[in-house]
Amino acid sequence: MAASPAYGEDKGGASSLGEPEYGHDPASGGIFSSDYKRHDDLKEMLDSNKDSLKLEAMKRIVAMIARGKNASDLFPAVVKNVACKNIEVKKLVYVYLVRYAEEQQDLALLSISTFQRGLKDPNQLIRASALRVLSSIRVPIIVPIMMLAIKEAASDMSPYVRKTAAHAIPKLYSLDSDQKDQLIEVIEKLLADKTTLVAGSVVMAFEEVCPERIDLIHKNYRKLCNLLIDVEEWGQVVIINMLTRYARTQFLSPNQNESLLEESAEKAFYGSEEEDTKEPKAEAASLAKRKPYVMDPDHRLLLRNTKPLLQSRNAAVVMAVAQLYFHLAPKAEVGVIAKALVRLLRSHSEVQYVVLQNVATMSIKRRGMFEPYLKSFYIRSTDPTQIKILKLEVLTNLANETNISTILREFQTYIRSMDKDFVAATIQAIGRCATNIGKVRDTCLNGLVQLLSNRDELVVAESVVVIKKLLQMQPAQHSEIIKHMAKLTDNIQVPMARASILWLIGEYCEHVPKIAPDVLRKMAKSFTNEEDIVKLQVINLAAKLYLTNSKQSKLLTQYVLNLAKYDQNYDIRDRARFIRQLIVPTEKSGALNKYAKKLFLAQKPAPILESSFKDRDHFQLGSLSHLLNAKAVGYQELPDWPDEAPDPSVRNVEVPEWTKCTSREKRKEKAEKPFYSDSDGESGPTESADSAVPHAEPESVSEESGSSSSSSSSSGSEEEEEEEEEGSGEQSEDKEEEEKRPKRKDKEGSRKDQWGEQSLSPEGGCGTGGSASRAVLMGLCLWGCTYRAVPMQVCYQSCPHAAVPWGHWGCPHRAVTHQSSVNPFSLNPAVTPPPPQPIPSSSIISTSLVTDLEGLTLTDTSLTPALLSPAFGAVRTYELLHRMAGEGLSVEYCFSRRPFPGDPHMVAVHIQISNNTDAEVKSLRVSEPKLLSGMRIQEFPEIERLAPGDTANVVMGIDFCDSTQAANFQLCTHTRHFYVSIQPPVGELMAPVFMSENEFKKEQGKLTGMSEITEKLTLPEKCRSDHAIVQQVTSAANVGRVPCGADNEYRFAAKTMTSGSLVLITLEQREGAVAQLTVNSEKMVIGTMLVKDIIQALAQ
Amino acid sequence: MIHSLFLINCSGDIFLEKHWKSVVSQSVCDYFFEAQEKAIDVENVPPVISTPHHYLISIYRDKIFFVSVIQSEVPPLFVIEFLHRVADTFQDYFGECSETAIKDNVVIVYELLEEMLDNGFPLATESNILKELIKPPTILRSVVNSITGSSNVGDTLPTGQLSNIPWRRAGVKYTNNEAYFDVVEEIDAIIDKSGSTVFAEIQGVIDSCIKLSGMPDLSLSFMNPRLLDDVSFHPCIRFKRWESERVLSFIPPDGNFRLISYRVSSQNLVAIPVYVKHMISFKENSSSGRFDVTIGPKQNMGKTVESVVMTVHMPKAVLNMNLTATQGSYTFDPVTKVLTWDVGKITPQKLPNLKGLVNLQSGAPKPEENPSLNIQFKIQQLAISGLKVNRLDMYGEKYKPFKGVKYITKAGKFQVRT
Repeated sequence: MAASPAYGEDKGGASSLGEPEYGHDPASGGIFSSDYKRHDDLKEMLDSNKDSLKLEAMKRIVAMIARGKNASDLFPAVVKNVACKNIEVKKLVYVYLVRYAEEQQDLALLSISTFQRGLKDPNQLIRASALRVLSSIRVPIIVPIMMLAIKEAASDMSPYVRKTAAHAIPKLYSLDSDQKDQLIEVIEKLLADKTTLVAGSVVMAFEEVCPERIDLIHKNYRKLCNLLIDVEEWGQVVIINMLTRYARTQFLSPNQNESLLEESAEKAFYGSEEEDTKEPKAEAASLAKRKPYVMDPDHRLLLRNTKPLLQSRNAAVVMAVAQLYFHLAPKAEVGVIAKALVRLLRSHSEVQYVVLQNVATMSIKRRGMFEPYLKSFYIRSTDPTQIKILKLEVLTNLANETNISTILREFQTYIRSMDKDFVAATIQAIGRCATNIGKVRDTCLNGLVQLLSNRDELVVAESVVVIKKLLQMQPAQHSEIIKHMAKLTDNIQVPMARASILWLIGEYCEHVPKIAPDVLRKMAKSFTNEEDIVKLQVINLAAKLYLTNSKQSKLLTQYVLNLAKYDQNYDIRDRARFIRQLIVPTEKSGALNKYAKKLFLAQKPAPILESSFKDRDHFQLGSLSHLLNAKAVGYQELPDWPDEAPDPSVRNVEVPEWTKCTSREKRKEKAEKPFYSDSDGESGPTESADSAVPHAEPESVSEESGSSSSSSSSSGSEEEEEEEEEGSGEQSEDKEEEEKRPKRKDKEGSRKDQWGEQSLSPEGGCGTGGSASRAVLMGLCLWGCTYRAVPMQVCYQSCPHAAVPWGHWGCPHRAVTHQSSVNPFSLNPAVTPPPPQPIPSSSIISTSLVTDLEGLTLTDTSLTPALLSPAFGAVRTYELLHRMAGEGLSVEYCFSRRPFPGDPHMVAVHIQISNNTDAEVKSLRVSEPKLLSGMRIQEFPEIERLAPGDTANVVMGIDFCDSTQAANFQLCTHTRHFYVSIQPPVGELMAPVFMSENEFKKEQGKLTGMSEITEKLTLPEKCRSDHAIVQQVTSAANVGRVPCGADNEYRFAAKTMTSGSLVLITLEQREGAVAQLTVNSEKMVIGTMLVKDIIQALAQ
Repeated sequence: MIHSLFLINCSGDIFLEKHWKSVVSQSVCDYFFEAQEKAIDVENVPPVISTPHHYLISIYRDKIFFVSVIQSEVPPLFVIEFLHRVADTFQDYFGECSETAIKDNVVIVYELLEEMLDNGFPLATESNILKELIKPPTILRSVVNSITGSSNVGDTLPTGQLSNIPWRRAGVKYTNNEAYFDVVEEIDAIIDKSGSTVFAEIQGVIDSCIKLSGMPDLSLSFMNPRLLDDVSFHPCIRFKRWESERVLSFIPPDGNFRLISYRVSSQNLVAIPVYVKHMISFKENSSSGRFDVTIGPKQNMGKTVESVVMTVHMPKAVLNMNLTATQGSYTFDPVTKVLTWDVGKITPQKLPNLKGLVNLQSGAPKPEENPSLNIQFKIQQLAISGLKVNRLDMYGEKYKPFKGVKYITKAGKFQVRT
């Protein structure tokens, strides 16, 4: 085929300009022109100065591409024109570039600079198109450039550029999935965008890159719902599908009550047909247990805002809304979608096909919905067969006692159709109607029996099969039909039908004792002329008759078996031999003989006639997977409704005042009660009050703010108490609140004291340390002790070595130790003052305090008092340069979590360099750091020489600017340069900070809304102890423990290195293994990543 | 989403391919050809085909298969709807969506496809935006282009995409400002053997042709909006206004577009404008049958029924037909077995009739089913549902536009069972 593209080309050259030639007869010439020669003229044209020639050449090249012909050898000539002034030439060059860049990566790089220039253009549309082409070039080497471009474009002024950035995200992700984390950051940012132009595209990116990160949606949920109607139609589809999944995880099923009611109602209706599986009592009980359901306002918002889209002209949008309603709406409201779906049935046949598939699934579950539109599913003779069969399926699903007569009348016309596949499907459908609706079973049977005389083999076979199935259900009542069918054996010639009839007579020979032997007699007569399939059934019939009625049929059976013995077909001979051994008792025949009757006349279960769409609704409707009834690649499962609604406040976006905040927390608790009450079965009155309070406006519950401030300050343990003494306790609390309200306006210190007292009072009234200064540890102050920054260090068992003196790490000078020495990376300070042994005043407090102290590690006094030195878990080391890649030089690094002297914003990175070569390495240094803007590196002083086998330890400081972007630099020796990069785990971008419980709460109150990230997790077995939790958290992130009054809650605080933003971590252990992790930080990205890291650490 | 697109003609040639991501080999179409072979009829090719590595979603339009290659989960309707939009765009640009038109304009087609999808996700599908980006070919322009060397690609980048009303381009100017609305209603019906109506329903659309300068804001109201039971809108229509006042309020796109489509509520009885008397029979054991059909007007509200055409798919056993028509002309295609009778206008005084003999294949069994008759007709100046436009107001612009409303009733899927 090498010459094949030539035809088009040569002709194209000869033809008039502006009309690229196309699709030639291969014989028309050009075979003799060589490839090179042919492309030469194109190359010449591309190299010329005239735009019109270039355009002509590009047009011909694009025509070749369109035809699927190879034009890759023109790449260099084409790429040159990427900066061409003529816009059409430029566009065609882009088309070419995107098509072939993947194959010619090196050459493609030549064009990159043009696009990079375009990215800076003042015209937004040029910026956008530059980004579009740049991101479409699938060359892995430009991933960093693309990443940078996307990040920049994501914060572009123009929404159109931002939209393009959103489009570029999946492209980059498909090119290099390692960029996921960074891309998620961009997605998060773009999700917050408020323009309709961006919304659809970014949700698309979200779906392709991180559909599992449902937490990113919380804050944007309401915005997306409100924007939805103005988003362009394709974006609407994607957003609606995503929100369906989101809603399934966040809200409660609106049908939990109705589903039960409905079930029981339906059972009463069709009671005669179906067996009750559940005990009615249990049902009633479960009904009574249900609480009145109140729909989350956000759930309602989604339903309300999607409904108008049913009116869209775009079938995909209508389908998306329909599936959303089907999966999310209360049963009573689902009906609205039927009308819109029926409207789609007038569209193109492909649309009909997809819609009918979905309607078929829906109509099984919600039959009532489509009943008014029954006639819209009537079949026209001009419909394609696949549509006919789907319509038939829907009609069958919709059949019930009231409409069955009309449906059957329709079916009668269908049976006479010329389309035999369709007729067969109709017969099946009649069978299903007959099984489902007892009233018409006889009518259907009679109708089907008449069909047995049809001329078409397919029809007869199908009817016999269906009749067989129907009779199997109630054979006793239908001996008449069996008799009738027996008579038919005289007329019917279709072998399949004959065979089926014989099987039926054999199976139910006891119901037709007189006729069966007669049939066998007739069949024996014609045995030799029958088809094989019929012969086998004759043998079967004979065997069964022999067993039930051996007196009349013994001789006949033997005759048939003898005939079969000499049959031409070995299957039949085998069968005859086998059956003879089984049924005819001889001396030799063994035990099987006794069981022959059981073997042949066992009760056979009736085949179940049900829709092939029965359980398809576990796939999200409207999806490809649903259509194929198989999981497609990339399909996201539609989750089941949660049993308890997750916290609805995660979707709140307003940033509340500090005073409001506490009230919100309380409100949240209140609002959740009806949901949780499911499990703990609270008393009636509180519930009704709760459900009456809509939890949307914080103001509406402002009168409760008093109680909330007290309860939010109190810890979990107190809450339990509160619950215990609910009835009386609440009133007294209210009074307390009254007293406290004025005090809240007081200065923080005094208020905190109040809380300190309050939170402890139930536990023994030892809150005496209210006057202690703020900077003091809460736990300590409660004893009335005034420990202030006591240097202490709790040793963990996981740090086995205690050898290297602090001095090594304190200064950035290099320290060379021999390799055999103790690995300094697993360091633990030797000079640790013993932890204080406090004398507990009350045993309850002591336990919680000890745990508090465990998390605390105070360092030497040289530090600023507020900054705590890290709690050392096992220090992780990372590889910077493998010894293979480094040609014998191996470099590892770790984050020692010590402050970097000289610059508090820098993260100290300890680097251990080992020389495994047999030569000396000289002048080892850092050079040419490639850093993102704002990042800085403090290099370690040059190592002049490193002897073979030696190891050097150095410290360098990097200011990562609070981002997890890698710092790239070169490690140089006297001979080589190695490109290396250090990427910090998010937990290393911060330093612990010392604060009291009250301070913590205060700061936390400021960091709600957008800056709060909450995640539920399950703690593994070995990670439930206080010790383990604290250790895991501190190992995942450089944070300091904040004391906490409750023993099921852990708090940690840190400040980011560069900006000093607070990072507050709360881990609340609920019953058992369930825990909730909350991170508050104004650096949302750090917060989200930290949550991930901590969860991962805890899960290990 | 959409990975690649192949355009295939009826004889199985892939005459255009376009890839939005990595290149997918043409051989993936073999699965499609396989399915096509199995389906026998083009209509029965399943729109979604699953292959080991890809999914193929296809549509069939104007004798061309548009086969798109998908690699992961995507709502099938999303793709189908998009492909139809592509076909509509071709139709809009080239006047027809045919293999020759596409081949003749392959560069424009390629440029269009490039703009319509970015990485497989729809980017610009509004015809107004596309026309700003890529000008449709006209004879005049191609002449000018060949002389001046200018191109079909707009040198200004589209502003429509940036605005809140992406369907309308800025700076539209006309010397004659006109707004036309065609109310077209179609009757879908199934009439059974005895002449009684099994199912009937009216579906309507309002197609508009708006040539107004500037940014006009129109509102269209109906005398009897309650007739409209189920409506779907062009995105330009303000939904809230419709919900509250039943008024269509919109800033129109420029040029031709479909404003709404609607269904008339099913409570209203549908007046069937024609009746058909038929007598079709095949004799047992003889190779002939009789065919006799008369069409007459009924409930036509004083309007004439025009352009009546009847098509019948005769059973396979029919060899030929010897008929005489009292009006119009008939053709019978012995290969496809389709009988077409072009009746024309029905005059109540003399009812059109078609009758004669049917020649059957000798020896073949008598056809069991009588074929059903598909009728097409048209009635001018009448919306059969009774829908009437009340008034059209324009805001936002000073000039006085010329306004016009036209009503037509047609047969939709109108079938008479015999």
